[in-house]
Amino acid sequence: MELFQLTAHELHKKLKSREISALELTQSVLGRISSVDGQVRSFVTVTNEIALETARAVDKQIAGGGDVSPLAGIPIAIKDNMCTNGVRTTCSSKMLENFIPPYSATVVEKLAEAGAIMVGKTNLDEFAMGSSTENSALFVTHNPWNLDKVPGGSSGGSAAAVAADEAVLALGSDTGGSIRQPAAFCGVVGMKPTYGRVSRYGLVAFASSLDQIGPITKDVTDTAILLGAISGKDSMDSTSVDIPVPDYTAALKNDVRGMKIGIPKEFFAQGVRPEISEAVMKAVEALKALGADYKEVSMPIMEYTLPTYYILAPSEASSNLARYDGVRYGHRSKHSSDVMSMFMKTRDEGFGAEVKQRIMIGTYALSAGYYDAYYLKAQKVRTLVRQAYDEAFEEFDVLISPTAPSVAFGIGEKANDPLEMKLADVCTIPVNMAGIPAMSMTCGFYDGLPIGMQIMGKPFGEETMLQVAYTYEQNTDHHTMKPGL
Amino acid sequence: MIDYEPVIGMEVHAELLTESKMFCKCKVDFGGAPNSRVCPVCLGLPGSLPVANEKAVEYVVRAALALNCTISEESLFHRKNYFYPDMAKNYQISQYDFPIGSNGWIDITVDGDTRRIRIRRVHLEEDTGKLIHAGGNESLVDYNRSGLPLMEVVTEADIHSAEEAREYLVRLRAILTYLGVNDGKMEEGSLRCEPNISIRQKGTAKLGTKTELKNLNSFRAVFSGVQYETERQTNVLNEGGKVIQETRRWDDANNRTASMRVKELEQEYRYFPDPDLVALHFTTDYIERQRSILPELPDEKKTRLMEKWGLPAYDAEIITDSRAMADFFEETVEHCPDAKTVSNWIMGDLAKLLNAAGLDISDCKVKPVDFARMLTLIQEGTISGKIAKGVFDDMFETGKAPDAIVKSGGMTQISDEHEILGVIDRVLGENSEAVAKIAAGDMKPMGFLVGQIMRHTQGRANPEVVNRLLKKRVAEPAN
Ligand SMILES: [Zn+2]
Repeated sequence: MELFQLTAHELHKKLKSREISALELTQSVLGRISSVDGQVRSFVTVTNEIALETARAVDKQIAGGGDVSPLAGIPIAIKDNMCTNGVRTTCSSKMLENFIPPYSATVVEKLAEAGAIMVGKTNLDEFAMGSSTENSALFVTHNPWNLDKVPGGSSGGSAAAVAADEAVLALGSDTGGSIRQPAAFCGVVGMKPTYGRVSRYGLVAFASSLDQIGPITKDVTDTAILLGAISGKDSMDSTSVDIPVPDYTAALKNDVRGMKIGIPKEFFAQGVRPEISEAVMKAVEALKALGADYKEVSMPIMEYTLPTYYILAPSEASSNLARYDGVRYGHRSKHSSDVMSMFMKTRDEGFGAEVKQRIMIGTYALSAGYYDAYYLKAQKVRTLVRQAYDEAFEEFDVLISPTAPSVAFGIGEKANDPLEMKLADVCTIPVNMAGIPAMSMTCGFYDGLPIGMQIMGKPFGEETMLQVAYTYEQNTDHHTMKPGL
Repeated sequence: MIDYEPVIGMEVHAELLTESKMFCKCKVDFGGAPNSRVCPVCLGLPGSLPVANEKAVEYVVRAALALNCTISEESLFHRKNYFYPDMAKNYQISQYDFPIGSNGWIDITVDGDTRRIRIRRVHLEEDTGKLIHAGGNESLVDYNRSGLPLMEVVTEADIHSAEEAREYLVRLRAILTYLGVNDGKMEEGSLRCEPNISIRQKGTAKLGTKTELKNLNSFRAVFSGVQYETERQTNVLNEGGKVIQETRRWDDANNRTASMRVKELEQEYRYFPDPDLVALHFTTDYIERQRSILPELPDEKKTRLMEKWGLPAYDAEIITDSRAMADFFEETVEHCPDAKTVSNWIMGDLAKLLNAAGLDISDCKVKPVDFARMLTLIQEGTISGKIAKGVFDDMFETGKAPDAIVKSGGMTQISDEHEILGVIDRVLGENSEAVAKIAAGDMKPMGFLVGQIMRHTQGRANPEVVNRLLKKRVAEPAN
């Protein structure tokens, strides 16, 4: 096994015992990037020098004795919508193609403190709007399992990087499934924590009330480690929640006895392919065999979540993206004659079609005369979605569903069918609407491509989710499969 | 001619005296290089998030309580969306349908009549940056002001004259400065007033088209602007024209208002709750705690000054318009209990000097204890009232104690009869013509002689003694 193939917890042991150095490890991962990224194209920016420099500093620290944190010396990829001080942060948009932030996101600061080594910034759908990373204004990322397929999105670069061993860990952001769906498509573990669990400070906003940063990793243990490192109240983010961060690795128990699993039937309808349903139900049966109990549950409100989401998310986006006007940073049109034309031409040239469409939908939904019918109504549906989950969690410890209705689709296949594309998020969107945590892990393969299973938990119930996921992982071997790059 | 009356509502923006900005940790200050007090948050950099300044919230709660408002149990921040280059995010974080305070009032007194002006709402928002036109086709933006905490106080359309508009602002400013939440400096723009004015036929309820006035940076401008606008609208209607809904700018140099922009459409701001901020919740405990620490407010102080020191209502009203002025008065009367004399001097000479120097009383070098001492010197006859003015000018200029000035300047009043008699005799000797006239029964030159005597003593001679001795001398000459 090469170093770049290992998980963070395996590498931590080697680093701690000084069997390997952070520099060796970083060189191994950077070498992997240079050999496969030409095909996969996960990275917008590879931070070679910063990574090597950090690795040397970490090695010095380790040599100096003292505690070696679980992330010290571990190479990590950061989705390119999280601000990194001095390192270009593009959001895969022409608008920010040359934007270098003067500050770092809280999660990036936390990782740096923990000694993690940033190896680069990963591709995404422009401003995280999309489900295939094809909306990147820079280039398309390929699925490591089949280079003709999409990696999912919008955190497609991060998921592909981890799947292709171009990074040991990665951070993604999830507004309607943007961590979980690409994790499913790329056969890795991805978690969207409870809204407020992780600080959003420095995450370039798409839809503020739905966005959440989370881990993308090779196995469940790494997810627990990374989640612990990035969680916690942040004085810079009013919506982060002041609940103590538990030791998530303590929740990694190979035991689901007595656990009650709900199977929300609406998540198995709406165009979910039979091979997906079968694989997920097979995994549920496996958990049952390990001592869990499951029951079908109906959540009829879920029918309305997709249209509701496509009112709320664009509404917030239309306002969040107003700041890109060419005045202070980012792209500025060279063809303007006055301020208004500068605004309009800058935005016309800087934004891609999907982003423009969402800004227009959101602007419309917030306009006087439409606000009550759209935005306000959507907020009411959101409350009902939350209530439906609350009710379900009175009975169940976790809910399990497919992560996506199908395995990864072909590049270009859905480009002309926006509705079909949006249906790719039908199982993940309700989770963001309710603010609950959910994760995706591989539960099988179809046509050589991974199938994702989604585990949903109670608010701040990440530990229970991790326990179920860990137990499943310990008793199966999907996570040991690697794409043949 | 139809008799019209103005119907005026006031919107006042007050910058809060917090240490840091509304949603970030940048310092609140004046001056300094452009863009020297900025950070990712107040520059609206991608990924930055606002965190509400608790102190600013507290200030607005206190102001709302002092304005007799009801405090909402839950208050929300909304985004007001519009594009403008001084806006860091192209939306302003403001409040919409859940302001912190609502339904309050201020009582004002104009020409002895007290009227209640209802306050519709008191809310909190962030200030914008400043555009600086650099000449040609270029503008620069300074974001030092971006994100400063701004309180907005909106009245109902209860104001019906320029005097009332000014008096409302005077009382509001007094309340805010007493609370210490605003510095009241209209010239510097930290207190900004935007009245909207329409006129209607007296005795009718139907409102006319209103115009909004901007750029009023003094009480005088508020008064003149409202007056001008009322007359302008009256003339427009009397000439058969129509008032257009527009924003007009007060032109201080030319003493008139001029159109800035016509409001053709109701501006579309697409307000919605800011998802980056959590709702503010005010418990009864919190509200009562804030109420309990409110300082003595202008109306209370006014009543107390009238009761304790016997000040007339007019004096008490003027003195309590400024907390610093009222404090100055109270400290002075502690040492010199002749309250009416103290208030006369404060409203007269002191106010005149402050105005001329463009100073606030809080910047005044004269200490109340010295001021009291000077008044005592007059009362004791050590210096004349006339001399006192000179002494006071000096005190105002240098901050020196009155005794020192009097001594070093040899300004002590001369009451010694022997000394004064000497001067009288000299003056009489020099003015034999005048003496002759008086001897012939023409008393007119008496004033001239007194003037001469005062001139010879540099004004230090006690006028009462001079008059008495001079009369005596003219009646029965020494030789
Ligand atoms: Zn700032």
